[in-house]
Amino acid sequence: MRMENEVVRLNNVTVSFNGETILKRINFVVREDDYIGIIGPNGGGKTTLLKVILGLVSPDEGEISILGESPEKGRRHIGYVPQFAEFDRAFPISVWDTVLMGRLSQSSPFRRFDEEDKAKAEESLKKVRILGLKDRQMGSLSGGERQRIYIARALTTDPKILLLDEPTASIDVEMEAGFYELLNDLRKNVAIVLVSHDISVISVHVDRIACLNRELYVHDSTEIDADILEKTYKCPVEMIAHGVPHRVLREHTHKSKR
Amino acid sequence: MSMFDFLSYEFMRNALIAGLLASIVCGIVGTLIVVRRIVFIGGGISHASFGGVGLGYYLSIHPLLGALLFSLGSAIGIGLVSKHAKEREDTVIGIFWAAGMAIGIFFVGLTPGYAPDLMSYLFGSIIVVPTSDLWLMLLLDLFVVGVVILLYKELQAISFDEEYATIAGLPVKFLYLLMLCMIAVTVVALIRIVGVILAIALLTIPAAISGKFTYDLKRMMTLSIFLSALFIVIGLWLSFEFPGLRSGATIILVSALAYAITLIAKRFWTKRRSKQLLGHEA
Repeated sequence: MRMENEVVRLNNVTVSFNGETILKRINFVVREDDYIGIIGPNGGGKTTLLKVILGLVSPDEGEISILGESPEKGRRHIGYVPQFAEFDRAFPISVWDTVLMGRLSQSSPFRRFDEEDKAKAEESLKKVRILGLKDRQMGSLSGGERQRIYIARALTTDPKILLLDEPTASIDVEMEAGFYELLNDLRKNVAIVLVSHDISVISVHVDRIACLNRELYVHDSTEIDADILEKTYKCPVEMIAHGVPHRVLREHTHKSKR
Repeated sequence: MSMFDFLSYEFMRNALIAGLLASIVCGIVGTLIVVRRIVFIGGGISHASFGGVGLGYYLSIHPLLGALLFSLGSAIGIGLVSKHAKEREDTVIGIFWAAGMAIGIFFVGLTPGYAPDLMSYLFGSIIVVPTSDLWLMLLLDLFVVGVVILLYKELQAISFDEEYATIAGLPVKFLYLLMLCMIAVTVVALIRIVGVILAIALLTIPAAISGKFTYDLKRMMTLSIFLSALFIVIGLWLSFEFPGLRSGATIILVSALAYAITLIAKRFWTKRRSKQLLGHEA
């Protein structure tokens, strides 16, 4: 079943909590060179979808495979960058210790982090271009800096897939451009799936867009069909398109087709 | 009389050793409790352990062993019920807290005769620590120190980011229960010093002060150990010099005072520094 370059596959995945369907018959494939943005309204199941892929939530129906393995096994190939809304600024931890935490899955209990772990942590910090911050305390960093630390942490295991949950939620607009530039560099080595409610921004950068509101619609380009958007957001498309219309929809060509 | 004359008494030596042994676990576990924000769980476990003291009286076994049984039981109970039964954690803690105390009083009441040193289990009495208790405390210390040395990075990870620790494949539930058991063990080591009611203060105050001076978890633990030892020694000395001062209460009041002074001093210092900075800019 599995195609040569496939890294994530979801077949007919349905998830419900307390009788309410959160994800409905999701079919989703990520290939090794993909750069996918998943958009959708809040409560549309974006975070749940990531948790299903990570094996933190098990589906009622359907199958998930990460490089041909179950999520619990396959997630060692995933670098996960969480949303950090609940970050505790007072927690006493340095950037260096946070990044090293990424190596936990490669280490084992009763052992200290070894030279290889440290080398990987340093390499990852270099990749996100913030090695200079390594002795700083996490609570003293800006949102954008912290975001890069979490990416560095995710990169320490040389993942095949990078999953990012609302990565730009607490970054200032000036930092955003640099952030997408960084992802653009990283995608040469890793498949990227990022989830956001901010459709105007991500559609500029990713190769493919998927719209999620319980059901998932995947597109082979970043031109979003108005019907799909309407189905996803359940509100008039104009409202979204007028934000940055020429970026999201190419001149409303579908209208003339009708 | 110089401050250290009181060391020449044997009971004082026992008291000091007990204080030092308690400081070690107190600094380590107190730091974990404070950074993880589970102070209230510590309070619940320590109060619940009183049930074991009462049971100890009733069955004529060592009250500290009874306390250990109850503190471990309530630690695991609070952990499991709040994680699996989907009950609100603070509700569960409150119930364990009061039910444990009630069980203690219940059994004390059933025990024939008068319970002479009941107060010492509630509020501590470091002056009368028998040597056998020192051995028990040493064992408890070895357990806590051993776990922290062997599982430091894991404990740090589940405290900072539980979700990430899960994805990394750590046995998060087990580690969390282990952390609660470390609290349980520490509480028992503190009973002789400050009693079940005051234990939570000695667990949190040194860590709370240390947290203002360092951003490193290990250094925070070390500084907390030093501070709790300092508070215990000062409290012990004061209660020795001024008969009528209860040692447990004195130790806690010394700690609370130190906390208040730190808060004020830090505030004052920060203000002065920002004024200086403003002065430089102008």
